[in-house]
Amino acid sequence: MIETIKVGMADLNVTKYPNALTTLGLGSCVGVCIYDRKNKIIGMVHIMLPYSWGVKNNSNPAKFADTGIPLLIEKMESLGSQKKDMIAKLAGGAQMFEVTRSEFMNIGKRNVEAARKVLDEMKIPIVAEDTGGNYGRTIVFYSEDGRLEIKTIGKGTKTI
Amino acid sequence: MNFSNSDINEMYLDVLKELGNIGTGNAISALAMMIGRRIDMKVPVVKMVDLKEVPEILGGAEIPVVGILLNVEGDIDGFIMLVMSQASAHILVNMLLGTSLNGYSEFTDIEKSALTEIGNILAGAYLTALASLTGFRMIQSVPQLAEDMAGAILSFPAIQFGETGDTALYIETEIFEASSRIVADFFLIPTMESYQKMLKALGVA
Repeated sequence: MIETIKVGMADLNVTKYPNALTTLGLGSCVGVCIYDRKNKIIGMVHIMLPYSWGVKNNSNPAKFADTGIPLLIEKMESLGSQKKDMIAKLAGGAQMFEVTRSEFMNIGKRNVEAARKVLDEMKIPIVAEDTGGNYGRTIVFYSEDGRLEIKTIGKGTKTI
Repeated sequence: MNFSNSDINEMYLDVLKELGNIGTGNAISALAMMIGRRIDMKVPVVKMVDLKEVPEILGGAEIPVVGILLNVEGDIDGFIMLVMSQASAHILVNMLLGTSLNGYSEFTDIEKSALTEIGNILAGAYLTALASLTGFRMIQSVPQLAEDMAGAILSFPAIQFGETGDTALYIETEIFEASSRIVADFFLIPTMESYQKMLKALGVA
């Protein structure tokens, strides 16, 4: 029996085979998914913002790429994973509304860039991503083989 | 002093109710004038909510909705987000254009433009109510429309203020015209600073 565990906004979770992790309705947030190929352990963090520094209300580490990703890796390590066995997949980072004010306001894009940078610093390769665009995504991450299923409204379903 | 949303809801219920009543009253008068028919309303539900709860209020993060977003600037800075189910949006747009409801297929450009205008009117109605209760001056931007999953649409304002505040003023508007029922959820999402200012001006902080 596969249990599918929900990850809320600014939240993270880890689980083992045969379970799956899901997050619903990702917009400009980014779902960072990490797979331990050796032990079939998976982790997912739903980040809302790139960096925690300079943010007053930063008590929740899962909200930010720079604190959420390291915490996720730590949790996976406590289940027995090692960094060398980890690979990452990214989804989300859309821009739901046109924002004319400035590029700085395109948080979706900034979230994706921050996630890539943090993963690079932690030496975890990104093997696939489905990011950008102007539409929402629901994602399901399977511990069986690390596949990430991405569902949209009107843009079909795909697996990366 | 810091209050939780439930404290605020208890303390300021009357003021919030008043805001909802005046705002919804303004909104339906404007709509009734446009369509030339009588529109009734239910007493609106008004409360302060955590942005995190919002997808649940809308029926789940994956539910397809129509979202209309506006910027507010002036004595209060923030966003207004108006969210409707696709069914409500179709009924409303047909009412406004005088066309008959023809399924819930994709919106045409004219329908989108009409919906955006409805967003403009409703946002204006609530802002006018807020202005009359507080004396604030505020300007609203041109609205933008998006159709997608509730969670995705809500992530936009949630993120903008993830850096500061996470609270929204929520007004659930339910209006009736003949046998049609339309539910529209109105959210005013002020910056943290504006939020304190707004509570103070409403005589509640």
